[in-house]
Amino acid sequence: MEEFLGYERPKGEVGIRNKIAIISSVVCVNHVAEEISNQVENSVAITHPLGCGQFGPDFSYTLRTLVGLGKNPNVYGTVVVGLGCENITSKLIGKQIKRAKKPIEYFDVQDVKGGTIAAVEKGIKIGNKMAEEAKELKRESFDFSNLVLGLECGGSDSISGITANPAVGIISDKIVELGGTSILPEFTEWVGTEHLLMERAKDQKIAEKIKETIDTLLNNTMKLGIDFRGIQPTPGNITGGLTTIEEKSLGTIAKAGTAPIQGILEYSEKPKGKGLWLMIEPGLDVESMTGLAAAGAQIIVMTTGKGSPCGNPIAPVIKICGNPKTCDWMDCNIDIDASTIITEDKKVEHVASNLWDKVKRTCNGEKTSAEILGFEDIAIWRCSAAPFQAFQSQ
Amino acid sequence: MSNKFIIMDNDKDNCATALVDISQDMELEVNHEIIKINQDIPLGHKFALKNIQKGEKIMKYGQIIGIATEDISVGDWVHTHNITSHYLEEVSQ
Repeated sequence: MEEFLGYERPKGEVGIRNKIAIISSVVCVNHVAEEISNQVENSVAITHPLGCGQFGPDFSYTLRTLVGLGKNPNVYGTVVVGLGCENITSKLIGKQIKRAKKPIEYFDVQDVKGGTIAAVEKGIKIGNKMAEEAKELKRESFDFSNLVLGLECGGSDSISGITANPAVGIISDKIVELGGTSILPEFTEWVGTEHLLMERAKDQKIAEKIKETIDTLLNNTMKLGIDFRGIQPTPGNITGGLTTIEEKSLGTIAKAGTAPIQGILEYSEKPKGKGLWLMIEPGLDVESMTGLAAAGAQIIVMTTGKGSPCGNPIAPVIKICGNPKTCDWMDCNIDIDASTIITEDKKVEHVASNLWDKVKRTCNGEKTSAEILGFEDIAIWRCSAAPFQAFQSQ
Repeated sequence: MSNKFIIMDNDKDNCATALVDISQDMELEVNHEIIKINQDIPLGHKFALKNIQKGEKIMKYGQIIGIATEDISVGDWVHTHNITSHYLEEVSQ
């Protein structure tokens, strides 16, 4: 049986990393979170430009994302730092993370006598205690039904869809076959394949939800004077050989293999079961991977053609690239070379087998290129409330 | 040895994608048959694996990626000049 070595969390979930998350609830205290993280072993600072003056869906996205990152099984414990006057408070975030039964502490800088210097000291003290406890935890064997895989692509080129993406599709199917979970984000790149995604839906209700989601996207953007269907494939894509919107999108969704679709998740929403899920997210790589980690993905596989370095502070990101020049020029940023499909007469299945080995080694603790180089990127999707959208369109 | 082209679904596809720049008049062995390439096919571009009539569906990944807007001969370059989106023409109406 295929297994990996992970860390068991109090509610039975399994992490492949054992991090301390230092989360700022609002942009004003990002530096406090960073200063704390600098002094706490095996910690990551989760900072962002948001947390106040947010309402409607943007409020929900930020809150759900920060909570989800703290709850991610790769996190042993979390310290949330707030300022004290923001609308997404440390208490609001902290209380929801608490439901995961993991170590969690939260406080506001305005409640600490001595300003940010004292707040940093307080955070370091709490963080170090958690870091010491975290060291006691040992890795144990678990099967892949415990794994949630995130599927991402960025800096794609015309050969991504015929090399790296189908290789990732094989791995996504494998995780699903082993009882695990896989999430495909970037709904802007499903346009043109909705009829095919609908055919793969587990039931009629999900099929209709897929259609409704893409129709809403197309209608809402049409109101802003943008027709998604008319701008794909881009002139660069056409020069590269992609002819129609459905051909481009088929290359993108190749990452999701052939498994049936269980449902559509909101941004940063945790899947309600195992199997393959879609996530509504518009396609900026870092936002997308932040949403995947917040949804509980412990590991992300990202395909790239032209070469993308970005990573995630919570979920290790494995890079796979099908472009021979990029694999050579950006060697330090690429984990799996899929260009052997072109240069060495290798089959997609061969590359997928290399990728599977890397997935297992990463689960067991081996670092990815993005981890080694320190890419710990966070961006949270803002969809903007309706009044501002109307203002923007004028 | 390097692969010159890739067929994503051997059973259903009627076009292949070039993995290198393929020159006009080059002869390629595809499933034990020889296909003569009729135009230059740059890396990432497609060529027809069989004769395709105007109105017929173009298949890649075993899925429909377009409709032929003119008759296409085996070995022809397949792109915006001779196929159009099936999604835009027939699905998304």
